[in-house]
Amino acid sequence: MAQIEAKPAARPLSPHLSIWRWGPAMFVSILHRVTGDGMALVGLPVLLWWLYAVAAGPVPYAIFAGHAGAWYGKLVLIGLTYAFLSHMASGLRHFVLDTGAGYELKNNALWSILTPVLALSATVAVWVFILLR
Amino acid sequence: MGNGTELGRVRALGSAHSGAHHWLLQRYTAIGNLFAGLFLLFSLILTTDFSFKAIHDWLHAPLPALIAGLFVISTFWHARLGLQVLAEDYVKDNANKFAVIAALNLSTFAGAAFGLLSVARIALGGA
Ligand code: HEM
Ligand code: HEM
Repeated sequence: MAQIEAKPAARPLSPHLSIWRWGPAMFVSILHRVTGDGMALVGLPVLLWWLYAVAAGPVPYAIFAGHAGAWYGKLVLIGLTYAFLSHMASGLRHFVLDTGAGYELKNNALWSILTPVLALSATVAVWVFILLR
Repeated sequence: MGNGTELGRVRALGSAHSGAHHWLLQRYTAIGNLFAGLFLLFSLILTTDFSFKAIHDWLHAPLPALIAGLFVISTFWHARLGLQVLAEDYVKDNANKFAVIAALNLSTFAGAAFGLLSVARIALGGA
């Protein structure tokens, strides 16, 4: 982190979300950040609680399972499933863009929309499987 | 090197030579998350049920325990890198930025250590 000393006089900043016309690429970029940060701030604590509960024995596990199985717990877990699959899809899209491919306007917009939609279908499939088995 | 605008003052200094490393590590750990995460997702929903015994037996076995340990390392590392970018984008004041990134480093290392300890207890404890 090279920081620059001695600030220059305050200069105008370019406007951010307020000025751009919404488009698919902007949407999927923001979604990638929201799902990534959401998993980091909510998902990882849930992961630790779960691992701790399995390590600590049947009673702590029952407390975890009680919350995880309740309606609000299921909501969080379904949200995390979507965050994982959606971030995975847009992350794979990053890998493609990293090679320099996929910037043609039509193609770019297509995959910007397909990634969250594919993730949604996969989330539905996972939870239908879990709830019906 | 000028001393007017921010751009003018950094022109011709070259890169800080640490950004590419951060960027690559974000990718390497993403590949770890991808494989370990998909393995755990499929393996978990294919367990017999979500009772304590079924989940404990599952994570007690060598392969799921190994992958769970790798998943903890890879996700916490990836999240540390990702949240650092978030702080760098939104925390303007340099002192606050330093404090946030310091707290981030301590909490992600602590979280990873706690997760690994839990996996070790499950893997090495009695069945
Ligand atoms: C939910 C709300 C928001 C989301 C999801 C979001 C998303 C993003 C993303 C994804 C970036 C990274 C762009 C890049 O990689 O170059 C970014 C950068 C940035 N955002 Fe936002 N943004 C949000 C709200 C805001 C608000 C309210 C402000 C300011 C009032 C803001 C100011 C900035 C600034 C200053 C940057 C850094 C730009 C740069 O360094 O190029 N953001 N934002
Ligand atoms: C499924 C496999 C995953 C893949 C392929 C993946 C891919 C990526 C990539 C390529 C980036 C960098 C984006 C950029 O340079 O702008 C990134 C950022 C990020 N990832 Fe992941 N990731 C995965 C899983 C996860 C998980 C499980 C978490 C949560 C613990 C996570 C949290 C984050 C965060 C917080 C960021 C920073 C977001 C930002 O600053 O815009 N990722 N991911």
